[in-house]
Amino acid sequence: MKNELTVKAIKKGTVIDHIQAKNLFKIISIIGIEKIDTEVFIGNNLESKKHGKKAIIKIENRFPSMDDINKIAIIDPHAVINTIDEYKVIEKKHVKIPDTINTFVKCINPKCITNHEKVSTKFKIQNKDGKIGLKCNYCEKITGQDNIEIIR
Amino acid sequence: MKNKSLISINDYTKEDYFKILDLADDFQKNPNQKLLENHIVASLFFEPSTRTRLSFETAVQRLGGKVIGFSEASNTSVSKGESLKDTILTVNKYADLIVMRHPIEGSARFASEVSDVPIINAGDGSNQHPTQCLLDLYSIRKTQGTLENLNLFLVGDLKYGRTVHSLMTAMSEFNPVFNFVSPPSLRMPQEYKDYLDEKGIKYHEYDDLNDNINNADIIYVTRVQRERFSDPMEYEKVKNAYILKNDMLDNTKPTMRIMHPLPRVNEIDTDVDANPKAYYFEQAENGVYTRMAIMALILGLK
Repeated sequence: MKNELTVKAIKKGTVIDHIQAKNLFKIISIIGIEKIDTEVFIGNNLESKKHGKKAIIKIENRFPSMDDINKIAIIDPHAVINTIDEYKVIEKKHVKIPDTINTFVKCINPKCITNHEKVSTKFKIQNKDGKIGLKCNYCEKITGQDNIEIIR
Repeated sequence: MKNKSLISINDYTKEDYFKILDLADDFQKNPNQKLLENHIVASLFFEPSTRTRLSFETAVQRLGGKVIGFSEASNTSVSKGESLKDTILTVNKYADLIVMRHPIEGSARFASEVSDVPIINAGDGSNQHPTQCLLDLYSIRKTQGTLENLNLFLVGDLKYGRTVHSLMTAMSEFNPVFNFVSPPSLRMPQEYKDYLDEKGIKYHEYDDLNDNINNADIIYVTRVQRERFSDPMEYEKVKNAYILKNDMLDNTKPTMRIMHPLPRVNEIDTDVDANPKAYYFEQAENGVYTRMAIMALILGLK
């Protein structure tokens, strides 16, 4: 309840909640918030019972695509996406880590073809005991979750 | 396999291995079959590799095909800044099959995505070199009569050697016992050991070559490269621990064979060459038959 007080409620749109505070700016970056022209409210370092400090993003009148949800899942698998209508949560979605992701993460291997020619990246997601690794379709090297760099 | 590129050893199943090895056997018995008449194979070597290139080109010619291509990138349009994509899109209009070696990792997979004709990866940086792996399987089966239940020693640079990684992965299908002999700084990476643990395959690690080789079926030696050591002293200390000498072979099994992907520097003493257990030059020869088989199958001629 405290968050609704800290960050203004929206009438209709999307609330991305339970983001770990350290992941906020990565998520802002991958979903391209600067291009959104409706109201956006961002709260960071809010108290959370689940994991220390959390962040929240509220976006008026915008609904994320599956692609956006996948992107969020890779950065922060704990995030929850709420769809809001008339100030009420009408749908609560826990993000799910996809099997593959394309185009928006950079391969960590400097000798990979994707870092030398104009080639869209493709990864298979490996999930070992909660630790996510991205296996490059091309060079077969693994980019760890902590090394994820977003291509803009 | 028909019309399918061969990029990574993981592209093939166990059944595919056997299909290739059986056909390679057939080509070894009868090497001059003109199956590739009226076919052109492009051999694109963006970095030099004497053995792999000559082996492929020999395989094409034995099959009666023609070869176009280059053996280094410096005198081609690549040096003018042409992209790999453009090179492939051009060459695939000329040739029926492209064999390529390139220093950039993942280049072969990318080429296979843009090309109309199949690509055979002849090495992409430190990533994959699947035809080497298949010729190694062929050599192991030929010398031991089977791929199952063997005691394999992998010696040398086990950290960076793509050959040993591919061979280990492929042989894991056949219930082996692995013995890894390397300097502590060049040990088999943990991810590969995890893979063996998952598959329930036994392995041992050793710091040096000693009596432990007496129960080996195959000793697969690779080069320990000076440039892998940041401290030259460290290299000087370890380099002699991994040299296989003839007198070390006295108590090894009579059926044991020594393999090496070549080029060799000093890791197998030349006094081993005359020992019937030395198999590395036959192994190189086997590369021709294995590549004949791979090309014939990909082109759908067998």
